Amino acid sequence: MTTRASLDAPTDILNVKDMEVAIDGRVILRDVDFRIGASEFTGLIGSNGSGKTTLFQVILGLRPTVAGTVSFHGQPLARRNRSIGYVPQKVLFDPEMPLRARDLVALGVDGHRYGLRRRSRAVLADIEEMLTAVDADGFADRRVGELSGGEQQRVLIAHALISRPELLLLDEPLANLDPGSAQEIIGLLHRVATDNRVAVLLSAHEMNPLLPVMDRVVYVANGRVASGTTDEVVRPDVLSALYGHHVDVLRVHGRVLVVASSSDEDDRMVSEHPDVVVK
Amino acid sequence: MFSSFMTNAWLSGTIVAILAGVVGFFVVLRAASFAAHAIPNGAFAGAAGANLVGLNPLFGLISFAIVAALSIGATSRRSRSDVATALSLVLMLALGAAFLTLSTEYEPAINALLFGEILGVSSSQLLPVLLLAVLCVVAILALYRPLVFTSVAPDLAAAKGVNATFVEISFLLVLALATALTVPIVGALLTFSLMIGPPAAARLLSKHPARALTLSITLALATVWASIACSFEFNLPIGFFVGTFGAVLYLCARVSHARRAVRSVA
Repeated sequence: MTTRASLDAPTDILNVKDMEVAIDGRVILRDVDFRIGASEFTGLIGSNGSGKTTLFQVILGLRPTVAGTVSFHGQPLARRNRSIGYVPQKVLFDPEMPLRARDLVALGVDGHRYGLRRRSRAVLADIEEMLTAVDADGFADRRVGELSGGEQQRVLIAHALISRPELLLLDEPLANLDPGSAQEIIGLLHRVATDNRVAVLLSAHEMNPLLPVMDRVVYVANGRVASGTTDEVVRPDVLSALYGHHVDVLRVHGRVLVVASSSDEDDRMVSEHPDVVVK
Repeated sequence: MFSSFMTNAWLSGTIVAILAGVVGFFVVLRAASFAAHAIPNGAFAGAAGANLVGLNPLFGLISFAIVAALSIGATSRRSRSDVATALSLVLMLALGAAFLTLSTEYEPAINALLFGEILGVSSSQLLPVLLLAVLCVVAILALYRPLVFTSVAPDLAAAKGVNATFVEISFLLVLALATALTVPIVGALLTFSLMIGPPAAARLLSKHPARALTLSITLALATVWASIACSFEFNLPIGFFVGTFGAVLYLCARVSHARRAVRSVA
């Protein structure tokens, strides 16, 4: 379901058409249609378990689709696409692991390469620059496992951006952060993505923190998506069709509230979805 | 202690220490210490079996270690491997015990295989051990970055297109080979402590990956050299000293790490 025709504009880097994904025979997502333009900031909004991580796995080429096409610059997706950077939802680092923040960023350059080749001065300078860009200078020499969640998030962003991808995927980067750190990460991401001309696809279960920076939204619910600009998607008619029952959209003090009519079914949804408020 | 009769002991001990320092570093980094405990038992059974049928024990060591490593690799990809590893561990020990009972030279052989017999290394054994050890170290250096990457952040490595299965199987094969070379010298039960003690201490003492690896080799060398000297001096099996020194090293590193953590907070 799309609210805007999926045009093959020359600036599109990712194009998803009529895609269907199943895990162990169970359909997780179907009729998925959306596009991501160069240097655009897209929010992938949906509750936990709605299939956001699955969608990322498909884009990374780690999970096959049942139907439809996913193309990158008009070409079918290849595994090992180094033009796509990825920051997973939860990375567990052993606090005793002998790996500094800067070592993790360096692995973004050559972690996939066999053999021992010294890192050139240019590469080392690039690593320094990226650590500065994500405000990680202060803890670049500490063990990754000893850093706080927000600090690890910055290092992971630097790790993903160091290989100069055109598209950066972030899976729930705000999930374990306090509101202040979340705002900082969003601001930083927006700045770094603009400076490096990287398109961002960021998943979250709450869209409000993203409203100031989001160019487009991909809204996931019921195994389907609606995509377009926030004004095109976050509308009562579009979201009611997506959820399969009536919802209202309220705009209060610059925040968007998606309001569902009250029933047992909706109470469950509210608990999973902070954007949805019971009338 | 440095007579010509001891030359082979020092040489083979040095080779095995470097090997254990390198391979053990990744065992600790990948949290694969359970596999590192199980594979020597496989190697032990292989050596006992080779002994029984009159084959070169090195052949039995290598082939059984590889079988043990690959079966651990195959099961761990499907599920959590603790149970599979534990079961193959005891099965291998049981097999080894049976093989040894059936063969005639029971007691000296079981002692050498379980606890190590560094004085028994002959000059003809030394060359193959050296060549295979070089092969292991070269393989690890070739795999170095993807090995570190898949150890510390498997999800990120997969997203970058690193073939995790290839890296894992290659590493297990190297671990099997390294184990096969180490078992006759420090013994099946204590190979584990040489592979875990020095690297676990090293990773606490340095936060820099390459320096921690170098330190791991240094500590393994110190452990083995001190153990050979003590074994000669006190006429006790070398494995006893390797196990003790490994544990003491780790304890010291732990204390030093904890003290540094306290100081950085204060």
